[in-house]
Parts: sequence; structure tokens; C-alpha cells
Amino acid sequence: MYIIIGGGGDVGYYLTKSLLGQGHEVLLLEKGNTRYQALSEELGQAVVFGDACEARTMEEVGANRADVVIAVTGEDEDNLVICQMAKKRFNVARTIARLNNPKNELIFQKLGIDITVSPTRSILSLIEAELPGTTFVTLMTLKRAGLEILEMRVPPDSPIVGKMLSTINLPRSGNIALIIRDKEYIFPNADTKILANDEVYALVSPDGEDALRSALGTTR
Amino acid sequence: MKIVILGCGRVGATLATMLDRAGHKVSIIDYSSEAFRRLDPKFGGVTLIGNGVDEEILVRAGIKDADAFAAVTNGDNRNIMASQIAREIFNVKKVVCRIYDPIRQSIYNELGLDTISPTIVGAQMMFETLTGDKPKKAQ
Repeated sequence: MYIIIGGGGDVGYYLTKSLLGQGHEVLLLEKGNTRYQALSEELGQAVVFGDACEARTMEEVGANRADVVIAVTGEDEDNLVICQMAKKRFNVARTIARLNNPKNELIFQKLGIDITVSPTRSILSLIEAELPGTTFVTLMTLKRAGLEILEMRVPPDSPIVGKMLSTINLPRSGNIALIIRDKEYIFPNADTKILANDEVYALVSPDGEDALRSALGTTR
Repeated sequence: MKIVILGCGRVGATLATMLDRAGHKVSIIDYSSEAFRRLDPKFGGVTLIGNGVDEEILVRAGIKDADAFAAVTNGDNRNIMASQIAREIFNVKKVVCRIYDPIRQSIYNELGLDTISPTIVGAQMMFETLTGDKPKKAQ
């Protein structure tokens, strides 16, 4: 694949190295001269001095034959413009943008950016999963499938403790995919009983999430 | 008309003053309080300090029932992002965006954003002053 990366900070740098190592054709764009000099010493032709928001620069590096454009600058607005231009002007099939402010996820999605990655959001989810008292955490969103992966710890006082999956009123748009109990993995079927302190992993569509929460008896 | 302006530089301040004098309700956002010194002392609108691509500050500035939004910070990308937030998330009817880069301007024009490029406008006016002619459009 031909991958263009905008933003030669640490993320862009390590991404470039990893993707090159996997055998892809990669081009990293960095607009700061000092940083570019440092990068080109190691990456050579894989890095170009230029601004990925500039249409002319993107044209020069062959953006219209790129399979993926990844925007990982430190500014959300720059990442937005890089990806929008890649999609609209150069018809790039996949655009990936780094989001620094998790609140910007909605606007990025509305404007057609295929994938957004928010390090803040990812770390927050992991922290939430560790907090006592939190029972329900969204781990990941599978955008193309339109599904979310949720993790839930079943509290001892939950109404579903001791019940078989077949007797719990699960929404059609949800599916309990995996239960972890005492460090053992269980792929549940209809007869599987839920026990206290089970870690339940569910796949659900975003509108099914509330129905799933009420079926499993949690409000949080 | 209720209008939210992002950016109180020279253009933002001048625009805010003009609109205020014409009787419109103006809210203006800038991340530096010094910028508001550019406003006319008689400015009767609201000033807010903050980052204009943050929805919270836009809401505080009244974007939910604003009739118009103008993005005139000195960053093209910030203007572009803020204008699209105004249009797509808050459904503001009239949105105007300053974009210095002519190529970016034409791309976003095609996407349906109302844009003004001082680069092009300025160059055109200078051309006319110097030559007495209007510049030819690129083919």
C-alpha cells in the first residue's frame, strides 16, 4: 500500500518506521525545517519537507494514488483539513486522523473522516475500566460494522446473577460474546449462567447500548 | 441578526464594530483578552475568551440560536474547522470563513462553504489599481 502520513512528530515517526518495516510504501510530510532535517537523516527519501494541508504538496507526493492518508499532527484542525482534502480533492479511500480533543469526534465523523483515533479517549476508557464501582465501559467502536465493544463487570447485587443467558431479555442488536470468570475464558451459549463478578464482553450497536444496560440491570 | 465571530484580530474587530453599529447582536471570541482592545470603546456586544474550535465556548457565545457565524482567526485550518462545526453541528444558516490559501479556498468553496480569500481579493484589487484592467481568470 502507499501511505502518506502528515505530521513528523513522535507518532508520525514511529508509524513511518513500523509501516516501512511491514513493507509498505510510506511518505512522511513534515513542515518544520529542523525536525525535517533530523528525520531525513534517518528516514531518507521516506520523508519530505512540506505541509500536508497544502494541495500542491500533496499533489507532488502523489496523493491521488495513496491508499491511506494518516494525519497525526498536534492540532486537530490541521488533521481535519489534511483528511478532508485527501478525501475530497484526491479521492483517497481511507483517511485516519488523530484527535487530541475527544470532543471533536462528532464533527470529524460528520465530515466523513473514516477513522479517528483519540489517545485521550483510549486511555480514559482504560482508566474507567479500572475504577471501582464502574460497571460498564465502551472499549472500542468498530466503525465499519457500526458496533461497539462493551465491557461490563457484573456486581454481586445485579438482577442477572445466577440467570441463564436465554432467560435474560437481551436486545436483538446486542450479543454477549465472551465472559471472563476467574481468569478463564467462556464463550457463552444460551445455557450459560451469569455469576457475580463475571467480566462480560458484549458487541452492540450504539442504539442497542441502552437496551443492553437495562437488560443487564446496570445504570452506569 | 445574532452573530458569533471567531477571532478579534484587525478584521474581526472591524467587522464586530461594523455589525454592532448596524444594530446587530454580536458575540466575539478570541483566545487573548488583549485582542478585545481593538474593538471600538462603544462596542455593545459580548466578548469571550477561549478557543473557538471548542464547542463549549461556541455555545456560551450563543451559537445555538445565532443567525450567522464568521471565522476570521489568522489560521486557515482553525477557520475551516470552526465554520464546519457551526454549519454541521449547530446548523447556523449563514457561515462565512476566511481562508488565505487560494487552493484551500477553492476546495472548500466546492464543499459549499462561503469563503473569502483576502489573498485573492487583495491581489485582484492591486492588479486593477496597477493596470487599470481586471485580471483574467485561470483556464
